[in-house]
Amino acid sequence: MTVSVLERNADLGNQSLLGYVDCDVHLYPAKGGAEFDPFLSERWRQHRRTIGGRSRQALGGTANYPRMSPEVGMRVDAWPPGGGVPGSDLDFVRAQLLDAFGAAYGMILPLVGRASDERNLEFSAAMCGAVNDWQATSWCDREPRLKASVQIPVEHEKAAIAEIERRAGDRRFAQVQIPPRGLEPLGRRRYWPILEACAANGFPIALHLGGTSGHPSTGGGWPSFYHEEHHSYVQSMEALVSSLVIEGVFERIPKLRVVLVEGGFAWLPSLAWRLDKHYRRLREEVPHLKRLPSEYIRDHVWVTTQPIEEPERPDDLLATIEWIGWDRVMFSTDYPHWDQDDPRHAFKVQLPEAGRQAIYRDNALAFYGLE
Amino acid sequence: MTRHVVAAVGEIAPGGCKIVSVKGREIGVFFVNGEYFALFNRCPHEGAPLCRGRLFAAMESDRPGQYRLTRAGEMLRCPWHGWEYDIRTGQSWCEPESVKARTYDVAVEPGAILAKGPFVAETFPVSVERNYVVVTI
Repeated sequence: MTVSVLERNADLGNQSLLGYVDCDVHLYPAKGGAEFDPFLSERWRQHRRTIGGRSRQALGGTANYPRMSPEVGMRVDAWPPGGGVPGSDLDFVRAQLLDAFGAAYGMILPLVGRASDERNLEFSAAMCGAVNDWQATSWCDREPRLKASVQIPVEHEKAAIAEIERRAGDRRFAQVQIPPRGLEPLGRRRYWPILEACAANGFPIALHLGGTSGHPSTGGGWPSFYHEEHHSYVQSMEALVSSLVIEGVFERIPKLRVVLVEGGFAWLPSLAWRLDKHYRRLREEVPHLKRLPSEYIRDHVWVTTQPIEEPERPDDLLATIEWIGWDRVMFSTDYPHWDQDDPRHAFKVQLPEAGRQAIYRDNALAFYGLE
Repeated sequence: MTRHVVAAVGEIAPGGCKIVSVKGREIGVFFVNGEYFALFNRCPHEGAPLCRGRLFAAMESDRPGQYRLTRAGEMLRCPWHGWEYDIRTGQSWCEPESVKARTYDVAVEPGAILAKGPFVAETFPVSVERNYVVVTI
């Protein structure tokens, strides 16, 4: 007996997308790093050309885990007909993504900022500033539906805070982006001034998977395969949520809001259950926590959908979202990456109407203060 | 069921694909190892334009460190998430029981026979001297 998934989903594909918000769009410079030069001082232009990036890993400039699709995992049909790499041609991004499904907004998450893994911290700061200018002028000014994410040199506190303050109040910027694989878990005291600056300036924080800290990507050591590595993004997210909660960050910075981008979400309820269980036994070790860990998570943590979990029983996804909160899940595509989700077909289950509006549009509008 | 002339023999290069529109449906017609295949240009997983994917061999392995390639060019890999389909049957490699890309019957017919009908070739001129690829839908 053969069942076509496509036919089963035919109706779902026709659901109106209601001017949805795409919470994870990747854009790239068509001409490579030289496109950032106009936004760098001569000192750093020269550095970029002659020295370049220095990561905390061997084989700098390559992907640790090469994907099977071109470049570092692009959708094969996303190469612009006029040349350049996927996500580098605004007209093609409009045709293939923004206009195709009537997006109200797309949040840009650039992965080109050298924000976390650059050893030369001054270069990291210069590149973050350049990538911010590039987002604002090359994309947001030309296409107001696109919103930028502030890149900050996470290991350079002073420069990071200066960059956050420089972009505060600029409506082209919607959030501050921090790679979840840093030198230490994000809840550590050394990062508090940066997190405070985000909250004080009204920026939520987007933790988009990535970063090469030099640490193995799992607690159990380096994965052998990309298949294994892809799943380890979940572990990174779990580590950061636990760190932010248990270090007391949300107690200290009550206005801090965090969105986990591209780390999945079905794991979040079970993490909350486990943290709650242990809190009841280990509370004396962390007396700075005044509430159950799950309550901090419920109040401060949002998630995006892609790469969406596809449980064998599709309805199980509804119960999972129920646990996280229908007001905490936001739709994302991850365009133009190979594992992006199509807005029409991402969910293999019929969402209740109110939940669908919340996930595709209203949650993100509220989270980012957009209309 | 109607028979549609979609290409002239020789028009699709070996290992190549022509995407045609038949009855409002996009269909990819492949020419692989001397045979023609036709699949609906939509991936059953998430609706991607399946026929813009690449053709590969089937890769099989009995244990880590060993693999073998079989059926060169007969597996179609979706351009988005890499789902693999058997170009002959449309069957999904990973979920053969439950997921299937739609395939269509293809045949090669001489223009002389087609000229007698019945067939549909509104946008495709047929000459009696040549052979044509015909898809049944």
